[in-house]
Parts: sequence; C-alpha cells; structure tokens
Amino acid sequence: MPNVTRTTAVATVSNRAIGDAVSMALGHHIAIVPTTPRPASGGTSADAGARATSIPATVPVADDLFINLAREDLNPAIAALRGLGARHLMFVAFDLGSVRRKSGLAVEEAVAIPHGPIVRLRVELPADDPTYPSITPHLPAAQWDEREARDLHGIVPVGHPDPRPLVYHEPAQPAVPAATPAAPFRSFVAHGEGVYQLPVGPIHAGIIEPGHFRFSAVGESVLYLDARLFYTHRGLEKLVEGKTLAEALPIVERACGVCTVTHATVYSRAVERLTGTVPPPRAQMARVLLAEMERLYNHVGDLGNICAGAGFNFGVSRLGWQKERLLRLNERLTGHRYLMGVVAPGGLRLGLDARGLTTLSTLVIEIEHEVRSIVRLLVRSEGFMSRLQTTGVLTAQEARRLGAVGVAGRASGVDQDLRRDRPADGYRDLAVSVIGASAGDAAARFHVRAQEVGVSAALIADLAGRLPDGPIAALLGGEPRPGDVAMAGAEGPRGASWLWLMAGPGGHIARLHLRSASFANWPAVATVVPGNIVPDFPLINKSFELCYACTDR
Amino acid sequence: MLQFATRGLPAIDPTRCDKNGACVEICPTNAIEFVVGGDLASHPIDGILVLEGGLLDEAVALANRTAALEYASSRPPTVRSAPTAPSVDAGRCVYCAACVTACPTGAISMTSRTELARPRRAELIERPELAGDSDDLLVGDRARARILAAHGRSLHVRHLDVGSCNGCDWEIAALLNPYHDVQRLGIDFVASPRHADLLLVTGVVTRNLEEAALRTYDAMPEPRLVVAVGACAISGGVFAGSPQIRDGAAAILPVDVFVPGCPPRPEAIIEGMLLALESRRSAERDAADAAAIRSGR
Repeated sequence: MPNVTRTTAVATVSNRAIGDAVSMALGHHIAIVPTTPRPASGGTSADAGARATSIPATVPVADDLFINLAREDLNPAIAALRGLGARHLMFVAFDLGSVRRKSGLAVEEAVAIPHGPIVRLRVELPADDPTYPSITPHLPAAQWDEREARDLHGIVPVGHPDPRPLVYHEPAQPAVPAATPAAPFRSFVAHGEGVYQLPVGPIHAGIIEPGHFRFSAVGESVLYLDARLFYTHRGLEKLVEGKTLAEALPIVERACGVCTVTHATVYSRAVERLTGTVPPPRAQMARVLLAEMERLYNHVGDLGNICAGAGFNFGVSRLGWQKERLLRLNERLTGHRYLMGVVAPGGLRLGLDARGLTTLSTLVIEIEHEVRSIVRLLVRSEGFMSRLQTTGVLTAQEARRLGAVGVAGRASGVDQDLRRDRPADGYRDLAVSVIGASAGDAAARFHVRAQEVGVSAALIADLAGRLPDGPIAALLGGEPRPGDVAMAGAEGPRGASWLWLMAGPGGHIARLHLRSASFANWPAVATVVPGNIVPDFPLINKSFELCYACTDR
Repeated sequence: MLQFATRGLPAIDPTRCDKNGACVEICPTNAIEFVVGGDLASHPIDGILVLEGGLLDEAVALANRTAALEYASSRPPTVRSAPTAPSVDAGRCVYCAACVTACPTGAISMTSRTELARPRRAELIERPELAGDSDDLLVGDRARARILAAHGRSLHVRHLDVGSCNGCDWEIAALLNPYHDVQRLGIDFVASPRHADLLLVTGVVTRNLEEAALRTYDAMPEPRLVVAVGACAISGGVFAGSPQIRDGAAAILPVDVFVPGCPPRPEAIIEGMLLALESRRSAERDAADAAAIRSGR
C-alpha cells in the first residue's frame, strides 16, 4: 500500500565536495563556477493601478554549478558525480555562434545531485568535428536526449548504442550539418519460430495522439516493443529562437495542452532567473494553486482513463464526470478550461476570478469526496484490480536507470517530488506530502494518483481562502547578457519538467530546450511492456499517462 | 487587475479604437490586422484585411491597377461597409487577452463567444459576429435532426491528430463524458477511417504526419466531411511559420468547416460538426432523405 514519506529535504552535498570529486576523477583541477542567479533589481509591480511594492529580495532558486570540460573528460566527470548520486536531468545541444563571435557547437549534460545542487557539464565542440563520446552507455537515461541532439544539431555521440534517427522521419527533413548522417530508421524486432510483428499506429483507434508501436509477439505475449514517436514534432524549440521572452510564452505553454501551468511555470522561472525577478507573494501562491488544479484534473481524468484501459466503463463515465466539473472550475477561476494564459514571467498575466476563489474550497472538497467514493468502489472490484496488479511492472532499479519521474517513479519506490525536493514559488512555505508505493505495477500507479488527488485537493482548499493580497506580477529585472543560461524545473501531473534557456543578444532567446516529464518516462514504458499480453498495452500506457506532444515538441 | 469569465473572441469597439496598433503588435498569432492604404495588391484574397470606407476606390487608383481591380471584384460586398477598427481572425486567435491588456484606449474587450464555426476560412475574419446559437441544447437538437435527415441514423466520426498539443483532443474526448454525451445526438467515434463519415482534424499538420493524414483521409468512404478543430488546424495557431509544419489542415485536406478556439469548447465542436452536415447538402436533398426515412426506405 502507498505510504506517506518525509516532507522536508536537507542540502547535504556541498559545492566543494562536488569540485573535489570531479577534479580527483580527472586527475587535474577543474574550475567549478556557481551560476548565481542575478540579484533581484527591485522588481516593481506591473499590476495596473497598483503602486510599486517592496518585494523580498530572496532569489527563489539555489545555485547551479557549471563546469566546462574537454570532451574526453565528460564521461569521467559524470562517473564521479554518479558516485555522489547524480541523476540525469537533461542534455542539450546548442550553437554558440549566436551568442559570441566565434562559431562552434556545444553540448551540456545537466545532472541533479540529491540534496545538492544541479551541475551543468558543458563540452564545446569544433564546428568541423562535432563529435564526443556518448554518455548513454554510462547514463542510460540520456539515450533519447543524445539521439535528439544528433537529429537537430548534427552532433554525433560516438558509441551510442542506438544510432537511429529519433525526431526526423523519412522523407529526410531539413538538412542538419551532420558530419555523419544517422543510420536509416528500422524498427527493432524479435525473430524466431512463432514470433510475429504487430504494427500499431501512428493513427490509433481512439481519441489519442499519434505514435507507432511495433510489437514482437508470440501468441498473446509481447516479446519486444519498439516505440517510434515524434510524429507531432512542430519544431517548437527552433521556432522560439530569436523571439523575445514575452513572445515565446504562449508557444512554450502549448507544448502540451494539459500541462500548460507546468510548462508556463518552468519557462517563467527560467526567465525570472535570467532577469533577476522575484514574483510577488500573491503570484507565487497562486502558481501553487494553479499547479495543483492542473494535477487534480489530470489525475482524476487519468484514473478514469486507467478504467478505460481495463475496459471498465463505470469508472470511465463517473470519473469523466468529475473531471468535467474540474475543467469548469478551471474556467470559472481563469476563463480557460485548461488554465492557459495565466502564469507568466514575473508572476501572473491575469488575476484569478474573485467569485471563483470564494467557492473553490467547497467545490474541490466536494469533488474529492466524490472521487474517493468512486475509487473505493473501483478497488473493491476484484476483476478490475486483478487487471492492474502485476501489470506493467517498472522495478525501482529500472526506474532509476531510465530516469523515470513523477507518478511513474514514485509508484516504483523512487522517492522524488520537486515540490518537496527543490521547492520554488509558494511551495517553499508549504509541506507537501509525497506519496509513494513500491510494487511498480499499474495498480501502484493507480493508488499513487488516487492518493495524490487527496493531497492536491487539501492544498487547494487550504490556499484558496488565504492567497496573500497584493500585486500579481513584478516587472522583469535587467535584460539578460547574451550567453546567460538558466534552468528551472517544476513538478507537473506527469512528473518533473525541466527547461533550459539561453539568452541571446537584445534579450531575445538564443536556445530553449524543454525536457518534459513525458519525454523522461517514454523509454520506461517501452521496457515494461515485454512479458505482458498485447491487450494490456493500452492499460499500461494509460497507467503511465504520457503525453506525445510535449515529448515530440 | 484583469480577470475574465469564459475567454472567447475579443471584440473591438471601433468608436474607441485610435488605430495605434498596440494590439497588432502584441498578438502572439498575428490574428489582428488592419490596413490603411499600403500595397493592397500584394495582399492575398483570403488574407486578413479590413478596408476603411472609401479605401476600395483609392485602391483602384493604385499603380498596380489590374491586381487591385481583381482584388476588389473578388471581395464580397460586405467589405465596403467593414468596420474602421482592426479585424480579429477567429481562425488564429487563441483567446489569450493580450490585446485587451495592451490596448491603451480600452477599445478591446473579451467576450464569451466561443461557438464561431464557419464553413469558409475567410468568414472567420470578416463575420465572426454571425456566430451561431450559444445554447448548446439547441445546437444539439439541430445536430440530431440534421444527422437523422442526412445520414439516416447516426454520424460516425474519426479523430485525426496531425500535431496538436492535445488540448483539442481532450476537448473531443470530453464530448463523450456524461455532460456532453454526443452519443445522445447520434454521433459516435469509430476506430477506423473506413467506418467514418466525418474526419475531425486537430493540430498543425506536421511533416512527420502528412502522409499518415492523407492515407487516413483516403481510407474514408465517400461522401466524407472534414472539420478542422482549433486554431492550429485552421492556421497553425501559435506555431504558424515553423518549417516543421504545414500551417493547418487546409494545406492538405479539403476542409468543410473551421472551428476556432484554443482549444474550442466541446459545444463549439458540436456546432462545427452540425455546420459540416449542413454545408454539403441542399435543403431539397435533405427533405427527400427525410421523406425516405419516414416512408421506411
């Protein structure tokens, strides 16, 4: 059964320990640069009619560490950091030519040290030889990241175990300056007597997003699954390059239609870090409220969709009803059923509806009671629960190896939640109960979600009546210097999403990379399916509930 | 502090607009535009264009006389009496309210109008005020009657995501929840395009999905209808101009109805399907079909 785990985290790994570990592994001294956020230059209220208020000058994010390495030092440095428990966060490739005179490419691997800082390891690469030793053999969670960098920037990870293209499908798309073109795409399939292939998608039978799944099966049992995604690649990251910080917001917000608060928040936090801006207290707390509303409607809908995966229409219908009620609450609160257009750099763009706020507590508690009684009926249905139990098991070891985040990680015993581990905005003043489970099956993911519904509802009910008064936005501080980089994360309904943002000349965006929670979790889905029967795939898929759009971008 | 009930298409009050252009500048999807003079001839026929009174006559006198004449003759007569304020293209607007906050004269306000489906792309720009009935029960009743007349019993719908953020997809899924329950109207979603009468397209049309989209459409039996759902499927939405996309479904498929919104509310999608049923068939044919049904064909 799920259990509630500790609610506070203590920073225990010092910057010095990290410097020593990396220097020792490389055999020479390595300069470690704390990238301190710029001091808040007295953010002023952007709220119409309100006077400039004094805003606490505390900067809401901890230091990141930055290390510049030679390419042969990248893997030894990662190995040293793994000794300190480092986990892969994201890998980003970019062109340095846009922020300085000298041309050249670079890659950055960002890892998180538990109870310690985030470390960005940068390797600069010459434009005529954009290759480096692949990190995937040592850090399997980076497998898709490196393939994406190859497709989009032509940077070749030498020794990557899977050199197939990821983002660009045939027919070949915009030529990248690749030194070595990626191998043509062929699905990985199993061979042997009685093994057959079952191709599914990209256009699926239900109202869902496109992706191609190729099962190698014997009878009903899946031997191997190869998932091919990125059908909905819209070129989001390339599109925002050269745009202003304000112009990029509605685009990043629409990376995924049901994690809009999460993605607007990671973007806003990164911009606030780059510009030394601190959102006013009301905005910080309202962001928590909106993030929890987002988690709530997603989780309630996802519980219903798990019922759909198991063919249990009672749950689909009853929970779909509650989800619709939550969408209507969203609309009363923000004017938008999916909460778009509210969170923005500096705080919020639009205020929350006052009448919507006064009734929010009561309605959310009422809906939570309904959901709880539906879930009680569901877990008493032996036929339903037996479909979920032992289905799609993600072991704790695999979850860590592949870097699973969010519910997928927590249901497999990986105790992680950015709301508690790296709190930002209002979360710094709140104790968030982190729900965990150990079985790692669809049932565990169902239980974790069901309990998180209660946690989110309680947070909303608590906050709705006591949002601090005052302005909802601060004016952005100074213009970022070209080449400045900021990273920010947020725990969304599907787990931790991270955004990497590099400023270009004139306050424009030089490069933006969004590593969504779904991007981190997809490889895990593909690995848990073998051993299950083909008809359980929709159920396993729904129990992870990943989004294709923010994976593909 | 600005806050809104349901955010729908913004309305511009021409008496308060001083044409300073702040709304045009800030709009993230270039949905707002007005042209005063300038190179009229270079504007595409279906472009976003509002001519002020008398400007049409001036246009004829422009250097590129032929093109201007062609342009003028192709416009519906309503253009002559077009408002003197900027126009809002409902097919691009994402209801974000940025223009409302940017307007220094307070000429722009958000409305709650979201049911704005139109069979022709250009009508989303010129006459979004001719929106259908906002009462979803009435739209539902009309849809049921039309489905009965046109298809005998039911309308089978296939959803096709060609690169949406999945917001539109979730609103389509919401059509099946107990609140909207479109099955009560005779609408059902089918697993294969071979069983479908109508294709609900969401998303920008990515390069990676172009072929799959065409093959899905090709697999549908005739007669077939196509409804483009959401700003992305109409114009590319906030992603318009990305080299990885085709800026909307009309680039590759014959679209019968465009349903604005980001995402469109479920009621707006129902209205769009209803309009699609109405768009292709004559009243006589509907009456004949209805008579055939009644006589137990």
